[in-house]
Amino acid sequence: MYQILKQIIKTGIKTETPPQADESMRLIEQRLQQEILDVFGGALAIRQVDAGSCNGCELEIHAVNNAYYNIEGLGIKFVAGPRHADLLLVTGPVSRHMEVALKRTYDATPEPKLVVAVGDCARDGGIFGESYATCGKVSNVIPVDVVVGGCPPTPVAILQGILTAISAKK
Amino acid sequence: MPIKHPNLNLKRLTDAVPAWTGEIAPHALPEICRQVRDGGGRLVALWGSDAREQRGWFMLHLSLMNESGLVCLNVPLPADHPEYPDISRFFPAASRMQRAAYDMLGLYALEGQDHRKWLRHGAWHGGSFPLRKDFDAAASLTHEPESYPFVQVEGQGVHEIPVGPVHAGIIEPGHFRFSIIGERVLRLEQHLGYTHKGIEKRFESLSLQQGAKLAGRVSGDSTVAYAWAYAMAAECIAKVTPPSRALWMRALLLERERVANHLGDLGYLGNDVALSFGFAQFWILKEQVLRNNAALFGHRYLMDSIVPGGVAVSLDAAGKRIIEEECAMLEKQVRILRGIYDEHAGVQDRFIATGRVEPKLAAQLGLCGLAGRASAQAWDARVQFACAPYDKLDVKMATYRNGDVAARVIVRFDELFESLRLQREIMVNLIHDNEAPTPLEKLPANGFGIGLVEGWRGEVMVAIHTDADGNLARVHPHDPSWQNWPVLEHAVIDNIVPDFPLINKSFNLSYSGQDL
Repeated sequence: MYQILKQIIKTGIKTETPPQADESMRLIEQRLQQEILDVFGGALAIRQVDAGSCNGCELEIHAVNNAYYNIEGLGIKFVAGPRHADLLLVTGPVSRHMEVALKRTYDATPEPKLVVAVGDCARDGGIFGESYATCGKVSNVIPVDVVVGGCPPTPVAILQGILTAISAKK
Repeated sequence: MPIKHPNLNLKRLTDAVPAWTGEIAPHALPEICRQVRDGGGRLVALWGSDAREQRGWFMLHLSLMNESGLVCLNVPLPADHPEYPDISRFFPAASRMQRAAYDMLGLYALEGQDHRKWLRHGAWHGGSFPLRKDFDAAASLTHEPESYPFVQVEGQGVHEIPVGPVHAGIIEPGHFRFSIIGERVLRLEQHLGYTHKGIEKRFESLSLQQGAKLAGRVSGDSTVAYAWAYAMAAECIAKVTPPSRALWMRALLLERERVANHLGDLGYLGNDVALSFGFAQFWILKEQVLRNNAALFGHRYLMDSIVPGGVAVSLDAAGKRIIEEECAMLEKQVRILRGIYDEHAGVQDRFIATGRVEPKLAAQLGLCGLAGRASAQAWDARVQFACAPYDKLDVKMATYRNGDVAARVIVRFDELFESLRLQREIMVNLIHDNEAPTPLEKLPANGFGIGLVEGWRGEVMVAIHTDADGNLARVHPHDPSWQNWPVLEHAVIDNIVPDFPLINKSFNLSYSGQDL
């Protein structure tokens, strides 16, 4: 226990260490917190659905949970099921094998069912395109509010996408 | 010669790794497979191709590995009944690959034990095969309701838990069917293929350069390993060797990919046993590596850094200093965190003896890569078949015998420290030379090349076949997850359901890499 506490104290608060990245993030943090307070009373629940991605976008969605981006510190939480989610964060070109599962997840999500499509493949099919095996972009399968481009998008871009989705519904 | 058989005439490929290729009739396959298995060899990959236009046949391709190197067997199969003898009795890992070869090309394994569909769900007709050159996509599409005959476990008190394809965490999709009694897992059956997005078919319409980008997106967490394996296969066909500086750079990138993934996994393994401190700490370290990647190479995960013929990135003296500082920082921090993991009774209680794969079982099933090394399977392509620059690096292989979650954690720690050492050594050798990199423009006609790279998860193989115009006729990327997914089904037997996420994470296998 002593070692753990010592390490925590020595680590300090990481969100403030690299000055440049901190600047841009702080901007987002403030806007995000305010918007969420306006619309969701400080608690946004996100359900992530990988609809066929290469796992690259998932790496960055994991990263928004790290101490630098600290998405939970903003009141945003990833939840384990669609039934208590406000927003779906969808990656991938939608594989035809995931088409039904994605639609069912969408159907199971209560209003306002915001959808943020993450990554170039989710935006336009990306390098995989449309084929016998993929439906291409997410909006070919379910309605999409916001698209975040990038291969994969940075954690900051993903946060921005989530923020934009919240603003759009006002 | 790595394999001796009267009807097999092997030809050495001019490859970065020791590799041979040869043609053999289907009936001789079992004898060769038995010989390789009995000699301690393994099956790396099995795939097919449609050569009806050029030769009037389908081809089955098998890549086998023994202590001499990699042997790629080409087996011509008649166009009207493309059948071959089942080899899963020698290499159990072949079973799913054989099923995939049927789904994609209609190649049928005679006397195979399992003929259920694997990569095909309900998106295209059973009688049409996407990788056949005359495949008609529009006419083949269906919306069959998904049905898959899982093996039923019967008996008093047995019930099933279906999980997925959409999982509770931020994970790739797949279906797991648990048959349990109380909390104890009697059987796990996986049903994968949900992320199948037609990668192999897509390659056939791409140029060599576009193909490199696609190869780097077969499994996003292993982009360096795939891009290098693809480039190696292309360079094998073109018979070129990239400048030595480019090869040193590739090794640097590959070790950075290994470090980033191991850091992430070690964090999640702590998180999965309720030590969120571990997640917070390791992901701070991982983020620092990713940010350095972005600053030095323009991409956090190093995508598109490797191109056929060379690399698309460089590193100056200031960049080297950043990496040196990063290595020193990581060495210090990870040592502290390892001490905390080692001393933490709760963590060790969950890690030790959980999800155990005995060395004997691992050998039978062909467990490979990181998970294999944690079960005493001493294979590491950087060691046995060290391509340049690994032939000058003397990589120390991390192996352990216990085969449990704890062992897979130890192997990750050991490999992480070794990767830091390697990065430092690579930078000493990364001297500026005037050899200009020559990116490959086009490949020779009717060529075949193979690339093998030890990624962080295990050995990644890419095979390229070119057509009469030198275009990509067939590209097969092979992920080590093909071998390791079936072993996970064994690893969870007799464990409790709540330990499944931990065991699963300790393997951390790719869905996209095997679904293709």
